[in-house]
Amino acid sequence: MKTFLILGAGTGGTMMANKLAKRLNTGEWKIILVDRDVTHYYQPGFLFLPFGYYKPEDIFQSKSKFVPSGVELVISDIELIDPEANKVTLVKDKRVIYYDQLLIATGTDIHPEEIEGMMDAGWRKNIFDFYTFEGAMALNGFLKNFNGGRVVLNIAEMPIKCPVAPLEFMYLADYYFTQRGIRNKVELVYTTPLSGAFTKPTASKMLGDVMEKKHIHTEADFNIMEVDSGKNLLKSYDGREIEYDLLVTVPTNMGSDVIKRSGMGDVLNYVPTNKQTLRSEKYENVWVVGDASNIPASKAGSVVHYAAETLIENILSAIEGKPLTAAFDGHSTCHIVSGFQKSLLIDFSYNVEPLPGLYPFPVVGPFPLLKESWFNYLGKLSFKWIYWNIMLRGIPFPLPPNYSIAGKKRVELA
Amino acid sequence: MAVKTIAGKEVQVNEEGYMTNPAEWTREIAVEIAREEGIAELTPEHWKIIEFCREAASSSGAVPTLRAITSGSGVSTKDLFALFPKGPAKKVARIAGLGKPEGCV
Repeated sequence: MKTFLILGAGTGGTMMANKLAKRLNTGEWKIILVDRDVTHYYQPGFLFLPFGYYKPEDIFQSKSKFVPSGVELVISDIELIDPEANKVTLVKDKRVIYYDQLLIATGTDIHPEEIEGMMDAGWRKNIFDFYTFEGAMALNGFLKNFNGGRVVLNIAEMPIKCPVAPLEFMYLADYYFTQRGIRNKVELVYTTPLSGAFTKPTASKMLGDVMEKKHIHTEADFNIMEVDSGKNLLKSYDGREIEYDLLVTVPTNMGSDVIKRSGMGDVLNYVPTNKQTLRSEKYENVWVVGDASNIPASKAGSVVHYAAETLIENILSAIEGKPLTAAFDGHSTCHIVSGFQKSLLIDFSYNVEPLPGLYPFPVVGPFPLLKESWFNYLGKLSFKWIYWNIMLRGIPFPLPPNYSIAGKKRVELA
Repeated sequence: MAVKTIAGKEVQVNEEGYMTNPAEWTREIAVEIAREEGIAELTPEHWKIIEFCREAASSSGAVPTLRAITSGSGVSTKDLFALFPKGPAKKVARIAGLGKPEGCV
């Protein structure tokens, strides 16, 4: 028997375990899936927890529920990957697994300790993250008793998981404080190392306009140097200082420590990966999916979903000794919830930035791109069901995974 | 994509003003783009960073991010901001004739 080892049972690892279980010859291959946690969180739900729009029980399920029969799920931390010896050592019982093919899906985590002063006295008192379950729940507790003041969100450095989530947080904060009748007592400030609201020019302009409409102040090109939690002060490298009553941090994102320990990562512990084949740049039998890779696409579930289609074909080709013919195009689709039962949608790839228009079909849409709409919001709400029931189970959508320019319009920016 | 004349030389630039072909770059072009970016004179400290970024980009194929520059060149973030105020990674990339760092996805 040959071994196909998957490290990480998050969105990418679970999805690929399902695809591989269907496509690999089970008489020839044994699939092992390793994760340190028994709980699978619906991560897009973290955004809604602080405002109480989702309850904690809405967003988690047991990982084992999504593991297909025939796949061995092992709950353990990973001590070391030794790609030269095709060997992985687990922490639990020091178990050693030799693999024929390895898929790394160990994701990315936040590292607030990378920013000076972030974890001092103010941490989880009036400084919170919403990229962890604990952080989002603690922020929920704080917001219930918050009756006005300056709310500052800071993005420490790029890349981050779900690059639109901080914008959504601001849009939802505007909605939440409006609902509570205290919007006039709250100042919303968005600080980002980018030159505008978002990364690419057209989306940055259009999403920036939404910020202005909602009276959210954007402090662009803001590279955080330190937090002074004694004075509730955020300081940038170029000498700007911003006071806060509540600081919501999107800290530095880094790949898993095991990638670092194993000497397989770049400066942020992401595995150098061919952006088209999704194979490790260095090892022919090592594949990388999702946030763990260094490919220049968004770190997001939709990217994993589209990439998985390429990955399964290339893995099967490699196993059969054939050339890799499938190429990932960096396709990404993101919902941007903007409050008031509305949401925007963006769709883009390595080569084409988010553009306005209609998705997925020209003329009939039905989803308008880069525009607030109630219909998009319905799409976003139904996505939780799709995630648990279709995506994680590796079931293909009735839509092509490749990016399409059809229905999109290029615009002149003023 | 457009053609722009910088320091007397015609070069390809994208809509954000980044050169698209690093081979078209010259030291004279660097001096002129630096002026556009508000840096009156390029000192040996500036050149050290510019050269580090060009080398890193040609060997890895990726334009270095701020973190890649600090960890690779040994120059602190604070000093980088003193040399290239506001956004050092983006500024150096422009001056060095490279694309926008891909950390900005």
